[in-house]
Amino acid sequence: MAGSGLVLQLQKQLGDYTTSLFNEGFLDDQFNQLQQLQDESNPDFVVEVVSLFFEDSDRLLNELAKALNYQNTDFRKVDAHVHQLKGSSSSIGAQRVQRVCIAFRNHCEAQNIEGCLNCLQQVKQEYTLVKNKLETLFKLERQLLAARRSSFPM
Amino acid sequence: MGSGGFSSGSSSMASLMENGDHVPHVLAVDDNIIDRKLIEKLLQKSSCKVTTAENGPRALEFLGLGDHDRLNSLEGNISKVNLIITDYCMPGMTGYDLLKKIKESSVMKEVPVVIMSSENVPTRINKCLEEGAQMFMLKPLKQSDIKRLRCHLVNSRG
Repeated sequence: MAGSGLVLQLQKQLGDYTTSLFNEGFLDDQFNQLQQLQDESNPDFVVEVVSLFFEDSDRLLNELAKALNYQNTDFRKVDAHVHQLKGSSSSIGAQRVQRVCIAFRNHCEAQNIEGCLNCLQQVKQEYTLVKNKLETLFKLERQLLAARRSSFPM
Repeated sequence: MGSGGFSSGSSSMASLMENGDHVPHVLAVDDNIIDRKLIEKLLQKSSCKVTTAENGPRALEFLGLGDHDRLNSLEGNISKVNLIITDYCMPGMTGYDLLKKIKESSVMKEVPVVIMSSENVPTRINKCLEEGAQMFMLKPLKQSDIKRLRCHLVNSRG
């Protein structure tokens, strides 16, 4: 396919994919806010913030798995971790993760271990989903960038 | 840059914080690494110099109000920052505790302090405003919030 044809195809693919993520509720307007903050002085801003989110979330999910058990769960500590995860998912626009965190905190407050364990499962699922989606999104962006560069050599 | 007098229409944070030619310096305090990066970028986009701190004690140290700074309380830290923006929910020293310490300081008490929180709790908001916080902002912060912050800082100066 001619260079510019490929660019157009990839642009459409990226656009459609992004739209689907919003439509399916994986992302909300806060993700747009991040994209608007990106500019030539900081062209990787979104990837950087999202990468921080992945690292921090991996750590928090690990802590949550360790902290939740049937014998001696410290619900305040669990709640503190969920609060962090809720905050960072909200800050990047990971809407579905944030929503599960809200329910999770309610279970912490009620000291409901079953509820907490269920929410941990759910939040892991939602996190894995959005992580895969975002990685795909970034891959499409890289492909588009590469196609642009090769069809308009300087 | 330039005479630093009339900044017609550019409405940079600089003119609003009476800094003349200088870029305003904001201290942003938040225990969440993603939020620190976000607030830093938001403020930089508004032409501010930003220093971030991950907790209250580090913020106080930066301001020269730390435990080891008693002897230096009167020296040179007055113009260090033009605005402090802090998260409310932080482990150990909360944003409210930090606000109180700043307002207790003869050197720092005139610096406007803005509190951020992901939770819209009226009693929390009132408590902070009563303690002297300039503004309370709901997270996650957006560019429109930083614009609103600038407007508020202009209008509230007596």
